[in-house]
Amino acid sequence: MRPFDYVEMRVPAKSQYVGVARLTISGLASRIGFTFDDIEDLKIASSEAVTNAVQHAYTEGEEGEVVIGCALYGDKIEIMVADHGQSFDFEETKAKVGPYHDQEEGAFLREGGLGLYLIETLMDEVKVHHQEGVTVFMTKYVGGEQVEEDVETISS
Amino acid sequence: MNIQVELEETDNKLKGYIHGEIDAHTAPVLREKLEAYQNKDGVNAELDLSDVDYMDSTGLGVFVAFYKSVNAKGGHVKLTGLSSRLKRLFDITGLGDIMDIESVGKGGN
Repeated sequence: MRPFDYVEMRVPAKSQYVGVARLTISGLASRIGFTFDDIEDLKIASSEAVTNAVQHAYTEGEEGEVVIGCALYGDKIEIMVADHGQSFDFEETKAKVGPYHDQEEGAFLREGGLGLYLIETLMDEVKVHHQEGVTVFMTKYVGGEQVEEDVETISS
Repeated sequence: MNIQVELEETDNKLKGYIHGEIDAHTAPVLREKLEAYQNKDGVNAELDLSDVDYMDSTGLGVFVAFYKSVNAKGGHVKLTGLSSRLKRLFDITGLGDIMDIESVGKGGN
């Protein structure tokens, strides 16, 4: 059995579906216990990713589709947004998504502009993958980033 | 997923009220309405965002463009009634320092 529940949406590359994706992700996030603020962050980050994908698919001149895959774990949500219509194998694509390289993603960054900046700020981990289109892979943990607990509390 | 934009101008004072969600789908509506005023000289605009319950970079883009045009024509743009969520969006992008924004302050969101 997979250690996560997987939900996938496939929407036409049209701006009116950005809100639909956002609300769905908001619903999924509330199921795994994210706070109100974290859900709002997820809404913005996922909207930015879907907006970029919609615009990207659009400029390619195709009547494209955007695929949004969400993996729900006990303590985190992983969201993948792809601007190429083909459905992806979540695990396979996840394995292929490399570390984030500023130089390589330069063009995408400029294109995505403020949107990608917000994704990086609001999510805990972000990766971008170029192959047959652009795939954004982002993770948010329930209760904030998994950093080492600060065990050294203020001792007086 | 919709937006309502009400704009009223008297003596170069532009009062605006925006209600709803500002995203990739609704931002063009807002942009179009604001564009009607941005090239006038010395417009003093005050836009009430207290009923905006969602906004992302597309909305920021519209406000920044409006702010730039109005400023270039010697006018001023003020955004009021920002929820803590909206305020945060302006702050993390650094726009909070550049633009004249006023949040609702006390707790709440």
